[in-house]
Amino acid sequence: MNKVIKYVILDILRNKIVVAYTVFLLAISLTVFNLEDTAGKGMLSLLNIILIVLPLVSIIFSTIYVYNSTEFIELLLSQPLPRKRLVLSIFIGLTASLILAFLIGAGLPILFYSDSQAGLVLMSTGIGLTIIFVALALLGSMITRDKSKGIGLAILLWFYFSLIYDGIVLFILFQFSDYPLEKISIVLGSLNPIDLGRIVVLLQLDISAMMGYTGALFREFFGGTWGSLYACLVMLMWIAAPLWLAVRKFNRKDW
Amino acid sequence: MIIATNVNKRFGKLQALDNVSFTCNKGQTISLIGPNGSGKTTFIKCLLGMVVPDSGFITFNDRNIIHDWKYRRHIGYMPQTGRFPDNMTIAQVFDMMKDIRREDTGSIDEDLAEGFGLHRMMDKRMRTLSGGTRQKVSAALAFLFNPDVLILDEPTAGLDPVASELLKDKVRKEKQKGKLILITSHILSELDDLVSEVIYLQEGKLLFHKSLDQLKKDTGEDKLVKAIARIMQANT
Repeated sequence: MNKVIKYVILDILRNKIVVAYTVFLLAISLTVFNLEDTAGKGMLSLLNIILIVLPLVSIIFSTIYVYNSTEFIELLLSQPLPRKRLVLSIFIGLTASLILAFLIGAGLPILFYSDSQAGLVLMSTGIGLTIIFVALALLGSMITRDKSKGIGLAILLWFYFSLIYDGIVLFILFQFSDYPLEKISIVLGSLNPIDLGRIVVLLQLDISAMMGYTGALFREFFGGTWGSLYACLVMLMWIAAPLWLAVRKFNRKDW
Repeated sequence: MIIATNVNKRFGKLQALDNVSFTCNKGQTISLIGPNGSGKTTFIKCLLGMVVPDSGFITFNDRNIIHDWKYRRHIGYMPQTGRFPDNMTIAQVFDMMKDIRREDTGSIDEDLAEGFGLHRMMDKRMRTLSGGTRQKVSAALAFLFNPDVLILDEPTAGLDPVASELLKDKVRKEKQKGKLILITSHILSELDDLVSEVIYLQEGKLLFHKSLDQLKKDTGEDKLVKAIARIMQANT
Protein backbone atom coordinates (compact mmCIF):
# COMPACT_ATOMS: atom_id res chain seq x y z
CA MET A 1 0.00 0.00 0.00
CA ASN A 2 2.61 2.57 1.02
CA LYS A 3 4.62 1.94 -2.15
CA VAL A 4 1.86 3.34 -4.32
CA ILE A 5 1.20 6.20 -1.86
CA LYS A 6 4.88 7.06 -2.08
CA TYR A 7 4.71 7.39 -5.86
CA VAL A 8 1.50 9.42 -5.69
CA ILE A 9 2.97 11.87 -3.18
CA LEU A 10 6.23 12.15 -5.13
CA ASP A 11 4.23 12.90 -8.25
CA ILE A 12 2.09 15.54 -6.51
CA LEU A 13 5.11 17.25 -5.02
CA ARG A 14 6.80 17.26 -8.41
CA ASN A 15 4.11 19.52 -9.86
CA LYS A 16 4.36 22.77 -8.05
CA ILE A 17 0.68 23.52 -7.41
CA VAL A 18 0.69 22.17 -3.87
CA VAL A 19 3.82 24.19 -3.10
CA ALA A 20 2.15 27.31 -4.51
CA TYR A 21 -0.95 26.56 -2.39
CA THR A 22 1.23 26.32 0.72
CA VAL A 23 2.95 29.63 -0.03
CA PHE A 24 -0.41 31.28 -0.74
CA LEU A 25 -1.91 30.09 2.56
CA LEU A 26 1.19 31.17 4.40
CA ALA A 27 1.10 34.64 2.86
CA ILE A 28 -2.60 35.05 3.63
CA SER A 29 -2.37 33.90 7.24
CA LEU A 30 0.69 36.01 7.98
CA THR A 31 -0.98 39.08 6.42
CA VAL A 32 -4.24 38.53 8.29
CA PHE A 33 -2.60 38.04 11.67
CA ASN A 34 -0.40 41.10 11.18
CA LEU A 35 -3.22 43.34 9.96
CA GLU A 36 -5.74 42.66 12.73
CA ASP A 37 -4.90 43.93 16.20
CA THR A 38 -6.11 40.87 18.13
CA ALA A 39 -5.53 37.22 17.36
CA GLY A 40 -9.29 36.60 17.66
CA LYS A 41 -10.12 38.97 14.82
CA GLY A 42 -7.28 37.49 12.80
CA MET A 43 -8.75 34.03 13.31
CA LEU A 44 -12.14 35.24 12.16
CA SER A 45 -10.78 36.69 8.92
CA LEU A 46 -8.62 33.62 8.36
CA LEU A 47 -11.63 31.37 8.96
CA ASN A 48 -13.60 33.13 6.25
CA ILE A 49 -10.76 32.92 3.73
CA ILE A 50 -9.98 29.28 4.55
CA LEU A 51 -13.62 28.24 4.22
CA ILE A 52 -13.65 29.60 0.65
CA VAL A 53 -10.15 28.73 -0.57
CA LEU A 54 -9.55 25.34 1.00
CA PRO A 55 -12.59 23.48 -0.42
CA LEU A 56 -12.01 25.10 -3.82
CA VAL A 57 -8.36 24.11 -4.08
CA SER A 58 -8.94 20.64 -2.61
CA ILE A 59 -11.77 19.69 -4.96
CA ILE A 60 -10.39 21.24 -8.17
CA PHE A 61 -6.81 20.09 -7.70
CA SER A 62 -7.86 16.55 -6.77
CA THR A 63 -10.27 16.27 -9.68
CA ILE A 64 -7.65 17.37 -12.18
CA TYR A 65 -5.06 15.15 -10.56
CA VAL A 66 -7.25 12.05 -10.78
CA TYR A 67 -8.01 12.71 -14.46
CA ASN A 68 -4.35 13.33 -15.20
CA SER A 69 -3.29 10.10 -13.54
CA THR A 70 -5.37 7.96 -15.89
CA GLU A 71 -2.14 6.68 -17.41
CA PHE A 72 -0.72 5.91 -14.01
CA ILE A 73 -3.90 4.04 -13.02
CA GLU A 74 -3.97 2.08 -16.28
CA LEU A 75 -0.34 1.12 -15.89
CA LEU A 76 -0.84 -0.14 -12.35
CA LEU A 77 -4.17 -1.89 -13.01
CA SER A 78 -2.42 -4.55 -15.07
CA GLN A 79 0.00 -5.15 -12.21
CA PRO A 80 -0.56 -7.42 -9.22
CA LEU A 81 -2.30 -4.82 -7.06
CA PRO A 82 -5.88 -4.92 -5.79
CA ARG A 83 -8.01 -2.11 -7.21
CA LYS A 84 -9.08 -0.95 -3.80
CA ARG A 85 -5.49 -0.42 -2.75
CA LEU A 86 -4.80 1.62 -5.87
CA VAL A 87 -7.73 4.02 -5.40
CA LEU A 88 -7.18 4.37 -1.66
CA SER A 89 -3.50 5.09 -2.27
CA ILE A 90 -4.42 7.92 -4.61
CA PHE A 91 -6.90 9.22 -2.04
CA ILE A 92 -4.43 9.05 0.82
CA GLY A 93 -1.63 10.57 -1.26
CA LEU A 94 -3.85 13.51 -2.23
CA THR A 95 -5.20 14.16 1.26
CA ALA A 96 -1.77 13.77 2.86
CA SER A 97 -0.12 16.32 0.59
CA LEU A 98 -3.01 18.82 0.81
CA ILE A 99 -3.18 18.49 4.61
CA LEU A 100 0.56 18.98 4.80
CA ALA A 101 0.23 22.14 2.71
CA PHE A 102 -2.57 23.39 4.99
CA LEU A 103 -0.66 22.62 8.17
CA ILE A 104 2.44 24.43 6.96
CA GLY A 105 0.59 27.29 5.30
CA ALA A 106 -2.12 28.00 7.88
CA GLY A 107 -1.40 25.72 10.84
CA LEU A 108 2.03 27.11 11.71
CA PRO A 109 0.88 30.78 11.75
CA ILE A 110 -2.20 29.84 13.79
CA LEU A 111 -0.08 28.06 16.38
CA PHE A 112 2.35 30.95 16.39
CA TYR A 113 -0.13 33.83 16.74
CA SER A 114 -2.90 32.26 18.77
CA ASP A 115 -2.26 29.12 20.76
CA SER A 116 -5.88 28.98 21.90
CA GLN A 117 -8.34 26.13 21.61
CA ALA A 118 -9.98 28.02 18.76
CA GLY A 119 -6.79 27.63 16.74
CA LEU A 120 -6.81 23.87 17.20
CA VAL A 121 -10.49 23.67 16.25
CA LEU A 122 -9.81 25.73 13.11
CA MET A 123 -6.95 23.41 12.20
CA SER A 124 -8.97 20.23 12.66
CA THR A 125 -11.85 21.80 10.70
CA GLY A 126 -9.39 22.54 7.88
CA ILE A 127 -8.09 18.98 7.92
CA GLY A 128 -11.63 17.57 7.94
CA LEU A 129 -12.76 19.79 5.06
CA THR A 130 -9.67 18.86 3.02
CA ILE A 131 -10.44 15.15 3.38
CA ILE A 132 -14.14 15.68 2.59
CA PHE A 133 -13.48 17.65 -0.57
CA VAL A 134 -10.83 15.23 -1.83
CA ALA A 135 -13.36 12.42 -1.33
CA LEU A 136 -16.01 14.41 -3.22
CA ALA A 137 -13.50 15.07 -6.01
CA LEU A 138 -12.67 11.37 -6.24
CA LEU A 139 -16.36 10.51 -6.46
CA GLY A 140 -16.96 13.18 -9.11
CA SER A 141 -14.11 11.95 -11.27
CA MET A 142 -15.40 8.38 -11.04
CA ILE A 143 -18.87 9.44 -12.17
CA THR A 144 -17.86 10.95 -15.47
CA ARG A 145 -15.13 9.93 -17.90
CA ASP A 146 -14.93 13.33 -19.53
CA LYS A 147 -12.36 15.61 -17.95
CA SER A 148 -14.10 18.91 -18.67
CA LYS A 149 -17.40 17.55 -17.37
CA GLY A 150 -15.63 16.31 -14.27
CA ILE A 151 -14.04 19.68 -13.57
CA GLY A 152 -17.40 21.37 -14.20
CA LEU A 153 -19.00 19.03 -11.70
CA ALA A 154 -16.28 19.84 -9.17
CA ILE A 155 -16.83 23.59 -9.57
CA LEU A 156 -20.58 23.10 -9.28
CA LEU A 157 -20.17 21.08 -6.06
CA TRP A 158 -17.99 23.82 -4.62
CA PHE A 159 -20.54 26.48 -5.63
CA TYR A 160 -23.27 24.46 -4.01
CA PHE A 161 -21.48 23.99 -0.70
CA SER A 162 -20.07 27.54 -0.49
CA LEU A 163 -22.85 29.70 -1.94
CA ILE A 164 -26.01 28.02 -3.17
CA TYR A 165 -26.63 26.04 0.01
CA ASP A 166 -26.36 29.14 2.19
CA GLY A 167 -28.76 30.90 -0.14
CA ILE A 168 -31.29 28.10 0.22
CA VAL A 169 -30.94 28.12 4.01
CA LEU A 170 -31.42 31.90 4.18
CA PHE A 171 -34.45 31.61 1.92
CA ILE A 172 -36.01 28.98 4.19
CA LEU A 173 -35.23 30.96 7.34
CA PHE A 174 -36.84 34.12 5.93
CA GLN A 175 -39.87 32.39 4.46
CA PHE A 176 -40.65 30.57 7.68
CA SER A 177 -39.46 33.24 10.09
CA ASP A 178 -42.81 33.14 11.92
CA TYR A 179 -42.11 29.62 13.10
CA PRO A 180 -39.50 28.45 15.62
CA LEU A 181 -36.60 27.39 13.41
CA GLU A 182 -33.80 26.99 15.93
CA LYS A 183 -33.72 23.19 15.88
CA ILE A 184 -34.10 23.11 12.13
CA SER A 185 -31.21 25.51 11.73
CA ILE A 186 -28.98 23.08 13.63
CA VAL A 187 -29.99 20.31 11.24
CA LEU A 188 -29.53 22.56 8.22
CA GLY A 189 -26.13 23.63 9.52
CA SER A 190 -24.87 20.09 9.74
CA LEU A 191 -26.03 19.12 6.27
CA ASN A 192 -23.20 21.20 4.83
CA PRO A 193 -19.66 20.46 6.04
CA ILE A 194 -18.50 24.04 5.37
CA ASP A 195 -21.33 25.53 7.47
CA LEU A 196 -20.74 23.00 10.20
CA GLY A 197 -17.06 23.93 10.24
CA ARG A 198 -17.92 27.61 10.39
CA ILE A 199 -20.34 27.14 13.32
CA VAL A 200 -17.89 24.98 15.27
CA VAL A 201 -15.04 27.47 14.87
CA LEU A 202 -17.22 30.57 15.49
CA LEU A 203 -18.41 29.13 18.80
CA GLN A 204 -14.79 29.06 19.93
CA LEU A 205 -14.42 32.79 19.23
CA ASP A 206 -15.80 35.65 21.33
CA ILE A 207 -17.83 36.80 18.37
CA SER A 208 -20.46 34.08 19.01
CA ALA A 209 -21.84 36.20 21.87
CA MET A 210 -23.28 38.49 19.21
CA MET A 211 -25.21 35.84 17.32
CA GLY A 212 -28.40 36.26 19.31
CA TYR A 213 -30.83 33.54 20.34
CA THR A 214 -29.83 31.08 17.62
CA GLY A 215 -26.21 31.59 18.58
CA ALA A 216 -27.02 30.77 22.18
CA LEU A 217 -28.83 27.65 21.06
CA PHE A 218 -25.88 26.62 18.87
CA ARG A 219 -23.61 27.22 21.83
CA GLU A 220 -25.79 25.07 24.03
CA PHE A 221 -25.91 22.28 21.44
CA PHE A 222 -22.39 22.25 19.96
CA GLY A 223 -20.65 23.58 23.08
CA GLY A 224 -21.05 20.37 25.09
CA THR A 225 -19.28 17.06 24.66
CA TRP A 226 -22.23 15.54 22.83
CA GLY A 227 -22.31 18.46 20.42
CA SER A 228 -18.62 18.11 19.59
CA LEU A 229 -19.08 14.37 19.16
CA TYR A 230 -22.05 15.01 16.89
CA ALA A 231 -20.02 17.48 14.80
CA CYS A 232 -17.16 14.97 14.49
CA LEU A 233 -19.57 12.22 13.54
CA VAL A 234 -21.21 14.33 10.82
CA MET A 235 -17.77 15.24 9.45
CA LEU A 236 -16.81 11.54 9.40
CA MET A 237 -20.04 10.72 7.57
CA TRP A 238 -19.16 13.38 5.01
CA ILE A 239 -15.82 11.65 4.47
CA ALA A 240 -17.06 8.06 4.54
CA ALA A 241 -20.08 8.35 2.25
CA PRO A 242 -18.38 9.87 -0.85
CA LEU A 243 -15.27 7.76 -0.34
CA TRP A 244 -17.25 4.54 -0.10
CA LEU A 245 -19.21 5.40 -3.24
CA ALA A 246 -16.03 6.37 -5.09
CA VAL A 247 -14.25 3.11 -4.20
CA ARG A 248 -17.34 1.15 -5.26
CA LYS A 249 -17.45 2.97 -8.60
CA PHE A 250 -13.72 2.52 -9.11
CA ASN A 251 -13.97 -1.23 -8.46
CA ARG A 252 -16.53 -1.61 -11.24
CA LYS A 253 -15.03 0.81 -13.73
CA ASP A 254 -13.76 -0.34 -17.12
CA TRP A 255 -10.44 1.00 -18.36
CA MET B 1 -4.34 -22.39 -17.38
CA ILE B 2 -6.81 -19.70 -18.44
CA ILE B 3 -10.43 -20.73 -18.87
CA ALA B 4 -13.07 -18.26 -19.98
CA THR B 5 -16.71 -19.28 -19.69
CA ASN B 6 -19.55 -17.42 -21.41
CA VAL B 7 -17.98 -14.01 -21.03
CA ASN B 8 -20.31 -11.15 -22.01
CA LYS B 9 -19.53 -7.48 -22.13
CA ARG B 10 -21.68 -4.69 -23.45
CA PHE B 11 -20.66 -1.06 -23.89
CA GLY B 12 -23.93 0.80 -24.33
CA LYS B 13 -25.45 -0.55 -27.52
CA LEU B 14 -22.33 -2.37 -28.60
CA GLN B 15 -22.03 -6.01 -27.63
CA ALA B 16 -18.24 -6.09 -27.31
CA LEU B 17 -18.06 -9.71 -26.18
CA ASP B 18 -20.83 -12.17 -26.90
CA ASN B 19 -20.67 -15.44 -24.96
CA VAL B 20 -16.97 -16.00 -25.42
CA SER B 21 -15.63 -19.24 -23.99
CA PHE B 22 -12.27 -20.86 -24.46
CA THR B 23 -9.41 -22.60 -22.76
CA CYS B 24 -5.72 -22.09 -23.14
CA ASN B 25 -2.80 -23.86 -21.62
CA LYS B 26 0.85 -23.57 -20.87
CA GLY B 27 3.16 -23.86 -23.85
CA GLN B 28 0.65 -22.59 -26.37
CA THR B 29 1.23 -19.54 -28.49
CA ILE B 30 -2.17 -18.23 -29.42
CA SER B 31 -2.96 -15.48 -31.81
CA LEU B 32 -6.19 -13.53 -31.45
CA ILE B 33 -7.34 -12.50 -34.88
CA GLY B 34 -10.34 -10.52 -35.97
CA PRO B 35 -11.42 -7.35 -37.78
CA ASN B 36 -11.17 -3.97 -36.05
CA GLY B 37 -13.66 -3.68 -33.24
CA SER B 38 -14.18 -7.40 -32.93
CA GLY B 39 -13.47 -7.37 -29.20
CA LYS B 40 -9.85 -8.54 -29.09
CA THR B 41 -8.61 -5.78 -26.82
CA THR B 42 -11.74 -5.91 -24.66
CA PHE B 43 -11.17 -9.62 -24.21
CA ILE B 44 -7.54 -9.07 -23.21
CA LYS B 45 -8.59 -6.37 -20.77
CA CYS B 46 -11.11 -8.79 -19.27
CA LEU B 47 -8.28 -11.29 -18.73
CA LEU B 48 -6.31 -8.60 -16.92
CA GLY B 49 -9.29 -7.46 -14.86
CA MET B 50 -9.19 -3.98 -16.37
CA VAL B 51 -12.64 -4.50 -17.83
CA VAL B 52 -15.19 -6.26 -15.67
CA PRO B 53 -17.40 -8.68 -17.65
CA ASP B 54 -21.19 -8.26 -17.35
CA SER B 55 -21.63 -12.00 -16.98
CA GLY B 56 -19.56 -15.14 -17.26
CA PHE B 57 -16.29 -15.75 -15.53
CA ILE B 58 -12.63 -16.26 -16.20
CA THR B 59 -10.40 -18.50 -14.17
CA PHE B 60 -6.64 -18.40 -13.98
CA ASN B 61 -5.07 -21.57 -12.60
CA ASP B 62 -8.56 -22.60 -11.41
CA ARG B 63 -9.17 -19.39 -9.47
CA ASN B 64 -11.82 -16.92 -10.47
CA ILE B 65 -10.02 -13.68 -11.27
CA ILE B 66 -12.81 -11.49 -9.91
CA HIS B 67 -11.93 -12.35 -6.34
CA ASP B 68 -8.24 -12.43 -6.92
CA TRP B 69 -5.55 -10.01 -7.96
CA LYS B 70 -2.44 -11.96 -7.17
CA TYR B 71 -2.74 -13.90 -10.42
CA ARG B 72 -1.54 -10.80 -12.25
CA ARG B 73 1.97 -11.45 -10.98
CA HIS B 74 2.15 -14.25 -13.52
CA ILE B 75 1.25 -11.99 -16.42
CA GLY B 76 3.32 -9.62 -18.49
CA TYR B 77 1.11 -7.26 -20.48
CA MET B 78 2.06 -5.07 -23.39
CA PRO B 79 -0.86 -2.76 -24.20
CA GLN B 80 -1.80 -1.60 -27.69
CA THR B 81 -0.67 1.92 -26.93
CA GLY B 82 1.63 2.23 -24.00
CA ARG B 83 0.43 5.05 -21.78
CA PHE B 84 2.71 6.20 -19.02
CA PRO B 85 2.71 9.00 -16.47
CA ASP B 86 4.08 11.98 -18.39
CA ASN B 87 6.38 13.31 -15.72
CA MET B 88 8.26 10.11 -14.99
CA THR B 89 11.53 9.18 -16.62
CA ILE B 90 12.08 5.73 -18.12
CA ALA B 91 14.31 4.83 -15.19
CA GLN B 92 11.62 5.90 -12.71
CA VAL B 93 8.98 3.80 -14.47
CA PHE B 94 11.26 0.74 -14.39
CA ASP B 95 12.15 1.33 -10.75
CA MET B 96 8.49 1.78 -9.80
CA MET B 97 7.49 -1.47 -11.50
CA LYS B 98 10.35 -3.35 -9.86
CA ASP B 99 9.40 -1.82 -6.52
CA ILE B 100 5.75 -2.81 -6.89
CA ARG B 101 6.44 -6.34 -8.06
CA ARG B 102 9.41 -6.87 -5.79
CA GLU B 103 8.04 -9.79 -3.75
CA ASP B 104 7.19 -11.88 -6.75
CA THR B 105 10.15 -11.34 -9.01
CA GLY B 106 12.17 -14.46 -9.29
CA SER B 107 14.49 -13.08 -11.89
CA ILE B 108 14.66 -9.83 -13.77
CA ASP B 109 14.95 -10.15 -17.54
CA GLU B 110 16.37 -7.00 -19.05
CA ASP B 111 17.32 -8.50 -22.43
CA LEU B 112 14.78 -6.41 -24.31
CA ALA B 113 15.58 -3.16 -22.55
CA GLU B 114 19.21 -3.69 -23.47
CA GLY B 115 18.43 -4.84 -26.99
CA PHE B 116 16.32 -1.76 -27.63
CA GLY B 117 19.06 0.49 -26.26
CA LEU B 118 16.75 1.92 -23.58
CA HIS B 119 19.65 2.13 -21.16
CA ARG B 120 21.06 5.05 -23.07
CA MET B 121 17.94 7.17 -22.56
CA MET B 122 16.92 6.19 -19.05
CA ASP B 123 16.60 9.78 -17.81
CA LYS B 124 14.27 10.96 -20.58
CA ARG B 125 10.75 11.82 -19.48
CA MET B 126 7.91 9.68 -20.88
CA ARG B 127 6.22 12.77 -22.32
CA THR B 128 9.19 13.42 -24.63
CA LEU B 129 9.34 9.89 -26.08
CA SER B 130 8.20 8.97 -29.58
CA GLY B 131 5.40 6.44 -30.05
CA GLY B 132 7.87 3.74 -31.07
CA THR B 133 10.10 4.28 -28.06
CA ARG B 134 7.07 4.08 -25.80
CA GLN B 135 6.21 0.74 -27.39
CA LYS B 136 9.75 -0.41 -26.66
CA VAL B 137 9.31 0.56 -23.01
CA SER B 138 5.98 -1.34 -22.88
CA ALA B 139 7.54 -4.42 -24.43
CA ALA B 140 10.54 -4.32 -22.13
CA LEU B 141 8.21 -3.99 -19.12
CA ALA B 142 6.06 -6.92 -20.24
CA PHE B 143 9.09 -9.24 -20.34
CA LEU B 144 10.88 -7.69 -17.35
CA PHE B 145 9.60 -10.01 -14.65
CA ASN B 146 9.91 -13.26 -16.57
CA PRO B 147 6.16 -14.00 -16.28
CA ASP B 148 4.50 -17.33 -17.13
CA VAL B 149 1.95 -15.67 -19.37
CA LEU B 150 2.65 -12.97 -21.92
CA ILE B 151 -0.16 -10.91 -23.36
CA LEU B 152 0.92 -8.79 -26.30
CA ASP B 153 -1.63 -6.46 -27.88
CA GLU B 154 -0.40 -5.38 -31.32
CA PRO B 155 3.20 -5.72 -30.23
CA THR B 156 4.93 -4.71 -33.44
CA ALA B 157 2.70 -1.78 -34.41
CA GLY B 158 4.87 1.32 -34.39
CA LEU B 159 8.16 -0.51 -33.97
CA ASP B 160 10.92 -0.19 -36.56
CA PRO B 161 11.93 -3.37 -38.42
CA VAL B 162 15.01 -3.97 -36.28
CA ALA B 163 13.09 -3.61 -33.03
CA SER B 164 10.19 -5.73 -34.23
CA GLU B 165 12.61 -8.52 -35.34
CA LEU B 166 14.21 -8.34 -31.91
CA LEU B 167 10.82 -8.60 -30.23
CA LYS B 168 9.81 -11.58 -32.36
CA ASP B 169 13.06 -13.34 -31.52
CA LYS B 170 12.34 -12.74 -27.87
CA VAL B 171 8.82 -14.15 -28.23
CA ARG B 172 10.27 -17.25 -29.92
CA LYS B 173 12.74 -17.70 -27.07
CA GLU B 174 10.01 -17.39 -24.44
CA LYS B 175 7.84 -19.80 -26.39
CA GLN B 176 10.58 -22.41 -26.16
CA LYS B 177 10.58 -21.99 -22.38
CA GLY B 178 7.02 -23.29 -22.47
CA LYS B 179 5.18 -20.08 -21.65
CA LEU B 180 1.66 -19.24 -22.64
CA ILE B 181 1.72 -16.37 -25.12
CA LEU B 182 -1.30 -14.48 -26.42
CA ILE B 183 -0.73 -12.16 -29.37
CA THR B 184 -3.05 -9.96 -31.35
CA SER B 185 -1.76 -8.56 -34.58
CA HIS B 186 -3.02 -7.47 -37.96
CA ILE B 187 0.28 -8.29 -39.61
CA LEU B 188 -0.53 -11.93 -40.14
CA SER B 189 2.62 -12.75 -42.07
CA GLU B 190 4.70 -12.24 -38.96
CA LEU B 191 2.50 -14.59 -36.94
CA ASP B 192 2.99 -17.48 -39.35
CA ASP B 193 6.07 -18.94 -37.76
CA LEU B 194 5.23 -17.83 -34.21
CA VAL B 195 1.81 -19.12 -33.31
CA SER B 196 0.53 -22.60 -32.66
CA GLU B 197 -3.18 -21.79 -32.35
CA VAL B 198 -5.59 -19.26 -33.75
CA ILE B 199 -8.64 -17.74 -32.11
CA TYR B 200 -10.88 -15.83 -34.46
CA LEU B 201 -13.25 -13.19 -33.11
CA GLN B 202 -15.92 -11.37 -35.05
CA GLU B 203 -18.37 -8.83 -33.66
CA GLY B 204 -17.66 -10.06 -30.17
CA LYS B 205 -18.32 -13.71 -31.01
CA LEU B 206 -15.69 -16.39 -30.97
CA LEU B 207 -15.96 -17.99 -34.41
CA PHE B 208 -13.36 -20.69 -33.92
CA HIS B 209 -10.37 -21.79 -31.91
CA LYS B 210 -8.14 -24.12 -33.88
CA SER B 211 -4.56 -25.13 -34.12
CA LEU B 212 -2.70 -23.50 -36.97
CA ASP B 213 -2.20 -26.82 -38.78
CA GLN B 214 -5.88 -27.66 -38.52
CA LEU B 215 -6.80 -24.23 -39.87
CA LYS B 216 -4.45 -24.62 -42.81
CA LYS B 217 -5.82 -28.05 -43.54
CA ASP B 218 -9.45 -26.87 -43.33
CA THR B 219 -8.96 -23.95 -45.66
CA GLY B 220 -6.51 -25.69 -47.97
CA GLU B 221 -4.05 -22.81 -47.75
CA ASP B 222 -0.49 -23.03 -46.55
CA LYS B 223 -0.16 -19.46 -45.31
CA LEU B 224 -2.03 -17.95 -42.35
CA VAL B 225 -2.69 -14.75 -44.31
CA LYS B 226 -4.50 -16.60 -47.06
CA ALA B 227 -6.35 -18.88 -44.70
CA ILE B 228 -7.68 -15.90 -42.73
CA ALA B 229 -8.49 -13.95 -45.88
CA ARG B 230 -10.58 -16.91 -47.04
CA ILE B 231 -12.46 -16.99 -43.75
CA MET B 232 -13.06 -13.25 -43.76
CA GLN B 233 -14.46 -13.41 -47.29
CA ALA B 234 -16.67 -16.33 -46.40
CA ASN B 235 -18.11 -14.34 -43.50
CA THR B 236 -18.98 -11.13 -45.32
